[in-house]
Amino acid sequence: MSSTTVTPERSGFSLSEYIVCLNGIVWREALRFLHQRERFVSALVRPLVWLFIFAAGFRQVLGISIIPPYETYILYEVYIAPGLMAMIQLFNGMQSSLSMVYDREMGNMRTLLVSPLPRGYLLFCKLLAGTAVSLLQVYAFLLIAWFWDITPPTIGYLTVLPALVLSGLMLGALGMLISASIKQLENFAGVMNFVIFPMFFASSALYPLWRVQEGSPMLYYVCQCNPFTHAVELIRFALYGKMNWVSLAVVGGCTVVFMIGAILAYDPSRGLVRRGPGGGEA
Amino acid sequence: MTATDAHITSQSSPDAGPVAAVQPALSIGNVSHSYGPRRALIDVNFTVQPASFTALLGLNGAGKSTLFSLVTRLFGIQNGQIKIFGHDISRTPGEALRLMGVVFQPRTLDLDLSLTQNLLYHAALHGISRREARLRSAEVLTRIGLADRAGSKVRDLSGGQMRRLEIARALLHRPRLLLLDEATVGLDVKARADILDHVRQLVTEQGIGVLWATHLFDEIMPADDLVVLHQGRMLAHGPMARVIADAGAQDVNTAFMRLTGTATLTGRPPT
Repeated sequence: MSSTTVTPERSGFSLSEYIVCLNGIVWREALRFLHQRERFVSALVRPLVWLFIFAAGFRQVLGISIIPPYETYILYEVYIAPGLMAMIQLFNGMQSSLSMVYDREMGNMRTLLVSPLPRGYLLFCKLLAGTAVSLLQVYAFLLIAWFWDITPPTIGYLTVLPALVLSGLMLGALGMLISASIKQLENFAGVMNFVIFPMFFASSALYPLWRVQEGSPMLYYVCQCNPFTHAVELIRFALYGKMNWVSLAVVGGCTVVFMIGAILAYDPSRGLVRRGPGGGEA
Repeated sequence: MTATDAHITSQSSPDAGPVAAVQPALSIGNVSHSYGPRRALIDVNFTVQPASFTALLGLNGAGKSTLFSLVTRLFGIQNGQIKIFGHDISRTPGEALRLMGVVFQPRTLDLDLSLTQNLLYHAALHGISRREARLRSAEVLTRIGLADRAGSKVRDLSGGQMRRLEIARALLHRPRLLLLDEATVGLDVKARADILDHVRQLVTEQGIGVLWATHLFDEIMPADDLVVLHQGRMLAHGPMARVIADAGAQDVNTAFMRLTGTATLTGRPPT
């Protein structure tokens, strides 16, 4: 038997190969989303319960003064709508993270990781795909909320899109980073207790920060340091056609940091993903 | 046409690009790997030639799956060097992975997607356009006898059909090296034989180099190259006849037992 052969030399990848790969990953994520209709429904029910029940109950308790970006007094439902939009993205980011842990345990993740394109790019594509799914959920929520008198300016539906993309990327990257450090699917319940709930409640999603400051200055500073607060504020301002530069900087910076962390965590030579002797990622 | 001729012919496939140098399909050089204090692989050295079938033989826990994870870059290489057709997997992983198809021991198909959707997803991960991917998918599904199930969910397939689909998927981007990690585990006798025949055909007809990890002696043929791995150490490497002769044995079963000093899987006493 011959011991030699010829080597095919073709270095690098063309732009079209990168685009085909991105399309494929987004398409697969969309297919999975369509196959999991209950995921779509539950993603919508959660914020709607907050909007229809929680907000109705707290409307008379919490007074909202005129604070930017609002130019007049608003109902509590109107105030929490951006926070609920961010909540959809937060849960979606964690759901994507959960599915990555599941894929890793089931072996599906290997298909992605042994693809020849750069691993950082593959993870970024996965992140974009998850963000695209969260956008569908948020706009479905906005549609239903419109019938509940949550009616931002028409242009706001467009201006909020970049903010949603950026906040979706940040929360998705955070989820990806978390997924890399979780050894087993069973450990994921801790994410609910230690990540989702603290991030959501220690933010401006449900109450304005000046209210928080009145009650607890310490919590106020915690909320200020919470990237989720800035995702909420970025969305809130963008929904009314305005820009919150501080929030943009924080969300943008956190997106980069979380993404780099996730890429390093999934790097085979220095990853956080614990390598099991069975050959798979444990 | 010889196997090597067939392989060289296959270099002119659209994905191959221009011909350059002369290289083994897979080269493992002094590879060691540890999980904390436990050494899973110790100075493993061997090559897989194009158009050859190399059986990687070892008991469970021998280090086969660890080696596969290193070759496919799921794990980072701690010591040593792995090259695919001359491309270092650590330095130029894209070029190396492009030339390799992999069938892992655990199922890696998406059960809720159809056969075609699984194939299209894999093609996209390799940058193959949708039109070309559809053509190739239809072609491979016909070849493995599952064309009539193209739209079915993978979940509805039998274990043997899933394995055939995984092999077809691994070949979709037309690799020159195919790695299969205990691909017949859990399959019945006929499904095992079918898959083995199919893979051997790929060697002779398409000139693909195959590394077939197994712990089943009856999957190895006299013409195969053999790598014996035990407790992370490579105990023998070469044509099967030579490995048997060097061990002073009559058959591969006995040779394996003498090399490793263990009872064989069949439980037969040494001859």
